[in-house]
Amino acid sequence: MPKPSTVTPEVEPHAALLDFKGVQLTYPGGTVALSGVDLTVRRGEFVSVVGPSGCGKSTLLRIASGLETATEGEMKVATDHVGYVFQDATLLPWRDVQGNVELLAELREHGKADRKAAAKEAIDLVNLTGFEKHLPRQLSGGMRMRVSLARSLTMDPELFLFDEPFGALDEITREYLNDELLRLFVEKNFAGLFITHSVSEAVYLSTKVVVMSGRPGRIVGEFDVPWPMPRDPEIRYTAEYAALVGEVSHALREGIDA
Amino acid sequence: MSAPEPNAAASLRLPMRFGVKYWAPPLAVAVLIIGLWYFVSYIFLDPSRSYLLPPPHEVLAAYWDPAFGPDMFVALWNTARVALTGLLIAIALGVSWAITMNQATWVERSLYPYAVILQTIPILALVPLIGFWFGFDFTARVIVTILIALFPMVSNTLFGLKSVEKGHMELFALQHAGAWVMLRKLQLPAALPAMFTGMRISAGLAVVGAIVGDFFFQRGTPGVGALIAKFQARLNAEPLFASILLASVFGIVVFWFFGWLAKRVIGRWHGPI
Ligand SMILES: Nc1ncnc2c1ncn2[C@@H]1O[C@H](COP(=O)(O)OP(=O)(O)O)[C@@H](O)[C@H]1O
Ligand SMILES: [Mg+2]
Repeated sequence: MPKPSTVTPEVEPHAALLDFKGVQLTYPGGTVALSGVDLTVRRGEFVSVVGPSGCGKSTLLRIASGLETATEGEMKVATDHVGYVFQDATLLPWRDVQGNVELLAELREHGKADRKAAAKEAIDLVNLTGFEKHLPRQLSGGMRMRVSLARSLTMDPELFLFDEPFGALDEITREYLNDELLRLFVEKNFAGLFITHSVSEAVYLSTKVVVMSGRPGRIVGEFDVPWPMPRDPEIRYTAEYAALVGEVSHALREGIDA
Repeated sequence: MSAPEPNAAASLRLPMRFGVKYWAPPLAVAVLIIGLWYFVSYIFLDPSRSYLLPPPHEVLAAYWDPAFGPDMFVALWNTARVALTGLLIAIALGVSWAITMNQATWVERSLYPYAVILQTIPILALVPLIGFWFGFDFTARVIVTILIALFPMVSNTLFGLKSVEKGHMELFALQHAGAWVMLRKLQLPAALPAMFTGMRISAGLAVVGAIVGDFFFQRGTPGVGALIAKFQARLNAEPLFASILLASVFGIVVFWFFGWLAKRVIGRWHGPI
């Protein structure tokens, strides 16, 4: 694997960074987790996927990251710079924040100075400056997630994959981190694929919301979210917002019954 | 803009290690045992049979007795050399064995039964054979020690290596980390707590192994085991008890040392083992 270059390759502004075509995945046990999934994430897009539990959302993300291979269909990722944040922060308990954030660059054998600089910037981006020497067990769930975010930010992701990263957090922390994530999206300009079971979170964060049906997961609805980025937090209390959340929720319920 | 959530850094206070609450209960038990000991020596046993359990101060006096004391400490030194050499080799061997088994299922399937056999064969029955092959001195004693101390190292390290979370393995795999990097930066650190548990058990067994080898071989440089056998044969009750006590204290010190080492190395992130 070549080291990711530090210069962003010249690509058209709305090029597809992630592309699923007719993807199906059947697990060895015979469980059909996904079937006929078409999904594209372009530069500048933040796509959220909502769906009932067990419908194959994590599977979708695992295929995108290369941890699983589609049984049928095609999946393409057009960049080397991919960030991952999963349900669990997966921090190494024996490394402090600094060590954890440096890990990916270290595994990619980047030089020590580069690593440190990248970690410093990333820690700063997620507002954890001053916590470099803290161990994961000394951090709250929300802070651990931010370390996990920072760790991937050191890779300068062009495509960022999230699997219910804030699912285990309380409502206040979650909203707070939603705003942080939006700020990073605007500042760092990556494309996002975000799995969640919260319709409200999906609508608030995304440029597009995709609704999946119950297992085997298929895409049963796509909703463009019209409001510009950076998004005004107050948007959450408007009637238009409530209406869109209602529409997505409706599609989700239909999808479960289908 | 936003600052990290307040109150997030939970403090890492460990339980008071040197407070009264920590020392008082075992100390009370020690006092109780010594009291009971005196009771048996002076009141329970008929004076003509007091050699069955001489009182504590007479046992301790044996350490200063020029007829016994120097012999005992030389013997302890010999036993310690055997135990520690055997233990270090058992640790190195056990860890390598476990790492090898962890490379592939078929390797584990081929090698694990032999680790189990190590645990289940009566090693005492092998001791004469080891003496027969390797002589009766240092080497043979170390081999006995290794055989007795090896299994906990193998099984605990293997357990530790397997305890690595799937999410962590995937994190490394996504960066295309090779097997060596994975071992060094993920599997071994994750296995450390289990390895320290293994070391503590093996340390205790290594002391047992060194004394057992000694007991059997009786030749070469005598250790505590040989000394115990000698005092027993001559009915030297005080030095007999003093030697047993010495061996026990040595076992405790080794056990405690690995507890301390574990705390130094992994206590910060793992807590007590
Ligand atoms: N490794 C696996 N082997 C077999 N079945 C699996 C595996 N992983 C997930 N599944 C099954 O596939 C379905 C989809 O799982 P998942 O993608 O985790 O759903 P979601 O993230 O939407 O809750 C579930 O029914 C789950 O039990
Ligand atoms: Mg999931």
